[in-house]
Amino acid sequence: MATAVRSRIRTLKIDGRDVSAREDETILELAEENGIFIPTLCRIEGLSLVGACRLCLVEVAGMNKLVPACLTYATEGMEVFTDSERLRNYRRMILELLFSEGNHICAICVSNGKCELQALAQRLGMDHVRFANLQQERLVDMTHERFVVDRNRCILCARCVRVCDEIEWAHTWDIKGRGVDARVITDLDTPWGESDTCTSCGKCVRVCPVGAIVEKGRAVGEMAKRHDFLPHLAKMREAKK
Amino acid sequence: MIPQEELAKIASAEKEKQSKFEYQIRVCMAAGCLSQHKDQIKLALEAAVKEQGLEDTVKVKGVGCMGLCAQGPLVSVEPGNILYEKVSPADAAEIVAGLDKKPVERLRCDNQQPFFTRQVRVVLENSGVIDPENIEEYITADGYEALGQALTEMSPAQVIDEIVASGLRGRGGGGYPTGLKWSTVAKAISDRKYVVCNADEGDPGAFMDRSVLESDPHRVLEGMAIAGYAIGANMGYVYCRAEYPLAIERLKQAIRQAKRLHLLGESIFGTGFNFDVEIRLGAGAFVCGEETALMASIEGRRGSPRPRPPYPSDHGLWGEPTLINNVETYANVAPIIRNGGAWFAGIGTESSKGTKVFALAGQIKNTGLIEVPMGTTLREIVEEIGGGTTTEAGFKAVQTGGPSGGCIPEKHLDTPVDYASLAKLGSIMGSGGMIVMDHTSSMVDVARYFMEFCMSESCGKCIPCRVGTAQMYNLLTKIAKGNGTIRDLELLEQLCDLVRSTSLCGLGQSAPNPVLSTLRYFREEYLAKLVDTTSPNGKTAPDGHAS
Ligand SMILES: Cc1cc2nc3c(=O)[nH]c(=O)nc-3n(C[C@H](O)[C@H](O)[C@H](O)COP(=O)(O)O)c2cc1C
Ligand code: SF4
Ligand code: SF4
Ligand code: FES
Repeated sequence: MATAVRSRIRTLKIDGRDVSAREDETILELAEENGIFIPTLCRIEGLSLVGACRLCLVEVAGMNKLVPACLTYATEGMEVFTDSERLRNYRRMILELLFSEGNHICAICVSNGKCELQALAQRLGMDHVRFANLQQERLVDMTHERFVVDRNRCILCARCVRVCDEIEWAHTWDIKGRGVDARVITDLDTPWGESDTCTSCGKCVRVCPVGAIVEKGRAVGEMAKRHDFLPHLAKMREAKK
Repeated sequence: MIPQEELAKIASAEKEKQSKFEYQIRVCMAAGCLSQHKDQIKLALEAAVKEQGLEDTVKVKGVGCMGLCAQGPLVSVEPGNILYEKVSPADAAEIVAGLDKKPVERLRCDNQQPFFTRQVRVVLENSGVIDPENIEEYITADGYEALGQALTEMSPAQVIDEIVASGLRGRGGGGYPTGLKWSTVAKAISDRKYVVCNADEGDPGAFMDRSVLESDPHRVLEGMAIAGYAIGANMGYVYCRAEYPLAIERLKQAIRQAKRLHLLGESIFGTGFNFDVEIRLGAGAFVCGEETALMASIEGRRGSPRPRPPYPSDHGLWGEPTLINNVETYANVAPIIRNGGAWFAGIGTESSKGTKVFALAGQIKNTGLIEVPMGTTLREIVEEIGGGTTTEAGFKAVQTGGPSGGCIPEKHLDTPVDYASLAKLGSIMGSGGMIVMDHTSSMVDVARYFMEFCMSESCGKCIPCRVGTAQMYNLLTKIAKGNGTIRDLELLEQLCDLVRSTSLCGLGQSAPNPVLSTLRYFREEYLAKLVDTTSPNGKTAPDGHAS
């Protein structure tokens, strides 16, 4: 029988509600346990945390900086606010920035109706974009036998990079370039279809939150994704190490 | 053999060697002057000495930066305290011939002007005086004495106490108390710890760290070794940008020399304490100066920041406790140990101790490198030490802190330079870049310039900084071109707030500062550039807001 690791218990407040937590639980996990919604994009259960999307930022009483809920552990007596007017504004604006960065015309996307970005925009009430589109042209790579990557729809969450490295152990994906020129690449920026490392397992397709990495031959709105395989596989990988 | 004796022996041998020369001619061999003459002046002087048969009495030596780069190439003569400016190889014979007669008046540079007399040199005490390529000269100037003292007479805790007592704060921009940082890393329990020196210096216009490394590299190594002893580390890395070839060359040479004399390496001074230093090169990404990105880069990964906590002090290089400080911070360590923390705390102000090195640039007469006590006012720096603006347009603003800082207008020139005062004005001390602007500069353009820098240096990891800086840049461009509306200005201000509050690392968090500070002091310049904000009923409000 596995012995349980002892973990101290903390009590704290989230949005005025008293909750108890193990010391190794993050604010995000606690919120989810307690049915409190905090938006996330870069986080996905089963992969390492990068704190890159900044959508999960919350306010903590007594701290002047916002903290990412996905990476911040519960401490005793902490008072967390997840849904202030200020946070709602920031979250909408972050989504606006994402929409202004690439091609996010949902009506013509294979992931229409099945996209995490689109769903968040609807849920958070982001109904228009005040910024001019950056009009970048990024490469679409169709060289892979079964998959396509359209970098114009990529939001650089790095889920593909992480799943490929941490779960599939192939490390086909990486990120190249800086600022708005940053983009996902396969191998050393060579066509995906020529990759020596890609096992064609399709995990990147399943974790990509938007219509950036998709299966070939899908029509508009057809590309549904499931990543419930991940937590299970992550545990197996952990055990192997 | 005890270290003090060992060092004294080297020093006295070196002094004897030098005492046979009646004159020393010192030629600046730091990057600023070298860019103008390569090593031609030194060669010409040596040739002139030879020609006039003075090899036995006159020594020509290369030294580090003398500070007044605007008047370079600089050459000084000792004894006599004579400084020559704008020297060319053709002047060599005249300078040598004038040694025991009259100095060459047409080349004289007044070294009694405020530029020199108002400075207090701690970090730069050896710059322009000793030959940076010669460890014996450093030792003659009390070099490595502090290391010996720390290793043989002090416990690590006593070393840290001295740093705490000095009140030294980090010179890399953040101003974090150095003693506290050292004691935190010292407390961390691990068999392996690291000392890292941040020599990435990516701010446009800044060259303080480069100059220290070029002019007095051993001082930085000594500071790192003392830090290693204090926190319990045996390995140090200097992360230096590859664009600094001369600094890297001198540093490499210094490491070799120190190892030869067992001042680095195994069992330093025979105490059993080992400390080795290696150099790692950065590829010139500004963000690699951020500590977590820097460490990722040393580990061979993509140089992008990660969220903190965990801090480097408990999870740094390869997951081990790591001390990371700036070049200038380490350069202060040896004098603090030599003279005591109380001595250092006697310089500067209540909250900011010691001195600060600044690189003066822009429309100012005396561009170059200066070191002043904390608490010196901006006016003293700009008007007295810097000699005022070069143009007739007159002073408009001084920019401190580079892309993370802000512009300070004339009315605040009497502010003393310390961490808190500059922050209150919406700028930061930063690493020491100081750019003076006259009335011909447009503040919108200044803000746009720095935003362009942040946009292209953003690592791209987090959304607010990656896309936010690009959108702010576009809005600033629109406004600068006269196409912006009051809506654009509002949007710009909202973005400033967003990017500052939500970005992952310091680059994004401080990227709005140049915009915010120019909006704070020069808002009318922005408003004047907006397209006529006529309201539906045809009236324009005086403040530019449509009524
Ligand atoms: C974008 C960015 C760039 C930075 N660049 C430098 C740099 O070039 N040199 C430096 O010493 N510190 C730099 N820093 C600060 C470092 O992260 C770190 O705080 C510093 O090296 C600590 O040393 P100190 O305590 O001695 O100042 C930078 C920080 C940020 C956010
Ligand atoms: S391709 Fe998809 S998973 Fe990969 S970084 Fe872009 S949006 Fe994220
Ligand atoms: S703030 Fe900018 S530089 Fe820092 S992590 Fe985010 S994108 Fe990268
Ligand atoms: S989910 Fe926390 S930063 Fe993206």
